[in-house]
Amino acid sequence: MSDKIKFTVDGQEGLAEPGQTIYEAAKANGIYIPVLCHFEGLKPVGSCRICSVKSNGRWMASCTQPVTQGMIIENMTPEVEEYRKALIEMLFVEGNHFCPACEKSGNCELQALAYRYQIMVPRFPYLFPKREIEAFPKFLLEHNRCVQCQRCVRGVQTEDGQKIFALHERSNNLRINVDRQLATEMSNEQVQQAMDICPVGAILKKEAGFRIPIGKRKFDYRPIGSEIEEKE
Amino acid sequence: MTKPVIATASLAGCFGCHMSFLDIDEKILNLIELVEFDKSPIDDIKSFTRPVDIGLIEGGCCNAENVEVLGYFRKNCRILISVGECAIMGGLPAMRNTIPLKECLEEAYIKSLTVAPEDAFIPNDEELPLLLDRVYPCHEIVKIDYFLPGCPPSADLIWEALSALIQGRPIKLDYQLIKYD
Amino acid sequence: MDYKKIISKYNLDRTRLIELLKDIQAAEGYISEKAVAEVAKAFRISIAEVEGLISFYHFLSARPLGKYVVYLNNSITSEMAGRQEVALAFEEEAGCPFGKTSSDGLITLMETSCIGMNDQEPAALINEVIFTRLNKEKVKKLASWMKQGKPVQEMVEEFGDGANSHELVKAMVKNNIRKSGPVIFDDYLAGTAIHKTLETSPEAVIDEIKKANLLGRGGAGFPTGLKWELCRKEKGPEHYVICNADEGEPGTFKDRVILTERPEMVFEGMVISGYAVGARQGILYLRHEYSYLKKYLENILKKMREQGLLGKNIAGRGFDFEVEIKMGAGAYICGEESALIESAEGKRGEPRDRPPFPVQKGYLNMPSTVNNVETLATATRIMANGSNWFRAMGTSVSAGTKVLSVSGDCDRPGIYEVEFGLTIDELLKMAGARETFAIQVGGPSGQCIGEPGFSRKICFSDLATGGSVIIFNSSRDLFSVVANFLDFFIEESCGWCLPCRAGNVLLKKKFEKIIKGTGTRQDLKEIEAWGKIIKTTSRCGLGQTSANPVLTTLTNFRKLYESKIVKEAEFISEFDLITAVAEACILTGRNFQEENEHV
Repeated sequence: MSDKIKFTVDGQEGLAEPGQTIYEAAKANGIYIPVLCHFEGLKPVGSCRICSVKSNGRWMASCTQPVTQGMIIENMTPEVEEYRKALIEMLFVEGNHFCPACEKSGNCELQALAYRYQIMVPRFPYLFPKREIEAFPKFLLEHNRCVQCQRCVRGVQTEDGQKIFALHERSNNLRINVDRQLATEMSNEQVQQAMDICPVGAILKKEAGFRIPIGKRKFDYRPIGSEIEEKE
Repeated sequence: MTKPVIATASLAGCFGCHMSFLDIDEKILNLIELVEFDKSPIDDIKSFTRPVDIGLIEGGCCNAENVEVLGYFRKNCRILISVGECAIMGGLPAMRNTIPLKECLEEAYIKSLTVAPEDAFIPNDEELPLLLDRVYPCHEIVKIDYFLPGCPPSADLIWEALSALIQGRPIKLDYQLIKYD
Repeated sequence: MDYKKIISKYNLDRTRLIELLKDIQAAEGYISEKAVAEVAKAFRISIAEVEGLISFYHFLSARPLGKYVVYLNNSITSEMAGRQEVALAFEEEAGCPFGKTSSDGLITLMETSCIGMNDQEPAALINEVIFTRLNKEKVKKLASWMKQGKPVQEMVEEFGDGANSHELVKAMVKNNIRKSGPVIFDDYLAGTAIHKTLETSPEAVIDEIKKANLLGRGGAGFPTGLKWELCRKEKGPEHYVICNADEGEPGTFKDRVILTERPEMVFEGMVISGYAVGARQGILYLRHEYSYLKKYLENILKKMREQGLLGKNIAGRGFDFEVEIKMGAGAYICGEESALIESAEGKRGEPRDRPPFPVQKGYLNMPSTVNNVETLATATRIMANGSNWFRAMGTSVSAGTKVLSVSGDCDRPGIYEVEFGLTIDELLKMAGARETFAIQVGGPSGQCIGEPGFSRKICFSDLATGGSVIIFNSSRDLFSVVANFLDFFIEESCGWCLPCRAGNVLLKKKFEKIIKGTGTRQDLKEIEAWGKIIKTTSRCGLGQTSANPVLTTLTNFRKLYESKIVKEAEFISEFDLITAVAEACILTGRNFQEENEHV
């Protein structure tokens, strides 16, 4: 017991294993910290910053920051929540998110976060960037919806570790580039995995959209994160 | 006390939001008790007859007429609400926003398979409202006071928002009320 | 093209992948699809990954470029010195706009971020050769030579002062050392510091540097001794010492001059640091823009080996240390230490998450120190003259001197080595600045100060700076300065994290609304709030400082902003109906204004 790390989130005490990130430690203690780019089992990259928390006056991404002894973390404070809301809104204007026409609507984590934060309209102007839709033998890559979370980059690779999805360019031109050859060789299971790993409707397995009726979708009735919050 | 006055308009939308509004079912009877309608496709009043308290706008602005109507609403309504995805962010019509207007029109009126060669021209009748370079969310053109998302927003959301406004109480947003589809 | 032959030179060493790609580009003018496929196959990485690497760096190209590639600096000092006229002249001569190649495939025109020549602008790189103080006439001459096929190096007619005219440099670049100081630019007898260092223990070296209170000269001011100590304490089969010579902050050029005039001191600093932390290998990460110094610096290393100051058994004391020069490929973000390490490993220069810090897991995941050029040169002087001598200069918190790169509106732009504690007023006088309206200290990521702040001091406890100082007189439009800086950050963001990638674009949009005169009080509030969001939530120093051009001018020049907005307006739309229907009018042959006259 003695090597456990004591920490608090919004006053609630928790115990963590050494090496756990703030996000993991909070989750293990039934505390939800919203995340988007993070995916269970993948190395965190801290790209969306939605999981930002404040500790000792400093801001940090809870998906990458290890929890330390005695850490006092601000998670659901109005200040932290306001920044998160802004970041979610930023994602909505950065890409072209036409929810009504999206295969992932209802199961989309970006949309679910916006529902959780009750976003009625983004504070930022829509940028309407010009983006492409790329077709591969077994799937489509809808760049309009991509949030550059790098989940596919990290989670979908060849057996010998080659990147099928890779980051391309930089700045606001950053996008996902697919290795055509390797994409062609992907198995059906791997394509399904890619679609599942994508938090939004950017990677679409062909003939697999709109399968779940409205009312039965993941986030129709339960806010994202409630599975963690309801555990304890 | 006089009843609050409501006006509605559908700009670049599909009337789905108006349909959803009517979907409040028998509550519409309560609503009529509470409010009066002015300019609206629902009662077919074509122009404003008095100052309006709440204006509901469905659809974004895709042409010059939309802009004019929206401006007209802003002038005549104390509170203006963007109702639905199209009013809020352009909605599906805004899917053209990343394609040049020329390409859109040529695709529809010149290159389309169903266009007979002799009819291949871009409509230019003066009666037609001129298209804008892209579809604009309403709040980029005039000040909008409230936003009700959804495609369409559920009847319950519209009802809750309107009754809260009329009663002057804060709006209560249950999780299920906010949806973008 | 025999790609296999080029590839085989690199022994499938991933850390040299950028160098390999540069090699291919040098041979073929660009990196073709076929080359990418060959490289990917050889290294057993995906084609997408190689493409991603190429697309990250400004000076790597997957599309064919002209025989001559002009990279014209677009930083603010270049603008102030007449960049626009030069740009137009290039476009006229090449017959193509920037971003394109002339129809005969001869000349490609590219814009580029600050190339470290701010005291001699407008400046450009043509291929890898630097051309300074350009004007219309010079562009015409250069273009005519290009059309004759003259080698670029032969277009340099006059060489600069000091080592700029060395036979291995032969650059027209000028040092412009206006004020020399005791730490960096005073005479230095090669080997002095190394000999003294190797006479003591590594712990004693760290102790001496700590006693000197040497703080990092790159701008962040982290205590160098502590960094070395932390690195030394980390266990690992290898330790690495990295010299950060990737100064990319617009307005900074002091490392260029230090590397030109005091390279031995820099390299000795690396040896000293290597001895202190227990490293056998050092890397000088040199920005691509300074490629013209590479051969010269390699020659210095060669000489040091001959003198027994580098290599095996240094100074006969059994210490082995080598230095390798690694070239950047055009990315401001690589000045950030963890991004620099990624780049040195042959990857996209994306910052890492910390912890682990580079001193724990740096280059190849081994404990590494990353120090600025000036920091290492300063360490050399400290070891030669002692910490007491050093601490007698500067202020109590900020000991020693600082090399400043001064540019903009002043009579004597150039290099100033000054003691910490110098006030802005004193600096302005020294540089011959008149009617100064604003001064940018620390580059775009630093602060913009107005007259009330001119009594402030340059030191870590007041105005910290990596060295960039840009002066603006009252004829300058501060808003164009801010706009230029914002564009710089938008361009140079690596794009990894959302607030920096998208936030800066949105901030610029809002800023433009204010410049246009359509801003409201609400817009001012929002621009401040948005700037804070970016600053607070960004992943690395770039994003955490990218809003500074707006935030610091908003604080220090509030009245200027207030005068731009429409105070009484609650809401001003940027929408303009006439503009919005203009295209439809052309397509339909209608006239919107005429039609609406008789309504």
